[in-house]
Amino acid sequence: MSLQSPLARVRHLGAAKEGVSHWWGQRLTALLLVPLALWFVGSLWSLVVGGADRAALVDWLSGPVAAVLMLLFLGATFYHLKLGLQVVIEDYVHGYCKWVLLVLNTLLCLVLGLAALYAVIVLAVGG
Amino acid sequence: MAQLTLPQNSKVRKGRHFPTEGGAGKTRRFRIYRHDPESGENPRTDTYDLDPERCGPMVLDALIKIKNEVDSTLTFRRSCREGICGSCAMNVDGTNTLACIKPIDEVKGEVRIYPLPHMPVVKDLVPDMADFYAQYASIEPWMKTDSAAPATQERLQAPEDREKLDGLYECILCACCSTSCPSYWWNGDRYLGPATLLQAYRWLADSRDEATGERLDELEDPFRLYRCHTIMNCTRTCPKHLNPAKAIAEIKKMMVARR
Repeated sequence: MSLQSPLARVRHLGAAKEGVSHWWGQRLTALLLVPLALWFVGSLWSLVVGGADRAALVDWLSGPVAAVLMLLFLGATFYHLKLGLQVVIEDYVHGYCKWVLLVLNTLLCLVLGLAALYAVIVLAVGG
Repeated sequence: MAQLTLPQNSKVRKGRHFPTEGGAGKTRRFRIYRHDPESGENPRTDTYDLDPERCGPMVLDALIKIKNEVDSTLTFRRSCREGICGSCAMNVDGTNTLACIKPIDEVKGEVRIYPLPHMPVVKDLVPDMADFYAQYASIEPWMKTDSAAPATQERLQAPEDREKLDGLYECILCACCSTSCPSYWWNGDRYLGPATLLQAYRWLADSRDEATGERLDELEDPFRLYRCHTIMNCTRTCPKHLNPAKAIAEIKKMMVARR
């Protein structure tokens, strides 16, 4: 049993003086992802309905608009994913486990995001 | 890791039944949470049948009648019995409210009464509020100024600035909102909770206060403020019909505005 006063418990280590960027970033990427996700689904749908093969897809992705929007879509998605999963972990996981999962989350989202961006660039430039 | 089941000693068992005296006419059944941590026994729910014709209209009237006439061991807090002291905050029919302004008639069937959720229980319907009050103290809920007070009068506030405190100053700190918030349940040791944040905004919104920046500094924290995920339970449950969720949103807006 701790004999610490309730006020000492509540003040704990003090305010971290951060959290605004996280909150604001999550809202901005969410807003950005609404039109981008619609564009992504719409584009894929028309490609699939048009019976596109690999060559047609590469041709579409080589266009500057499609390539840039695709990079933006994937970048925003993985950044949003990282921010969102971080909140879930902080909410529900406590103790040592939390730090392990937070590091894994950051690394995993970074690696998956980079891999996705790399794939788009290879397709768009190299075909 | 996340805990998904209650510990063995927290499982609530069925307790005793107190039938109404005489047993004639209409009855209302009250199922009430009973727990004495010092006894080492598990919590239980006791049921009491009351004649509504011989009981006041509010849930608190029933509790007082039970304590006076049926079972004097029933423990709860109460004081003003008119919704201004906040003592009798408890969970009635699944929603946090003040027992003194909750009509029994609004509840269908059995009236289930539990203490405020996810708080340590001192006894029966009495939760341990020490950390809740410490959280309130931590936001330093008093006016902070560097300018000297006017020599001949009070610090003036324009009527339109005074209006900004409407919907904030009415909070009675009953803790219905904070204890209805899942985020406060899981991280109540670090998240300040809706009641304390509404009070924090009451001082941020006060035109006479000169410590707005310091106050925001103290709130800028992933847990203290940003554990609010706009779940809105706080606003739905507030027995004074206030809007803590909006106050928290205003604080978040101030955080962005000063970047």
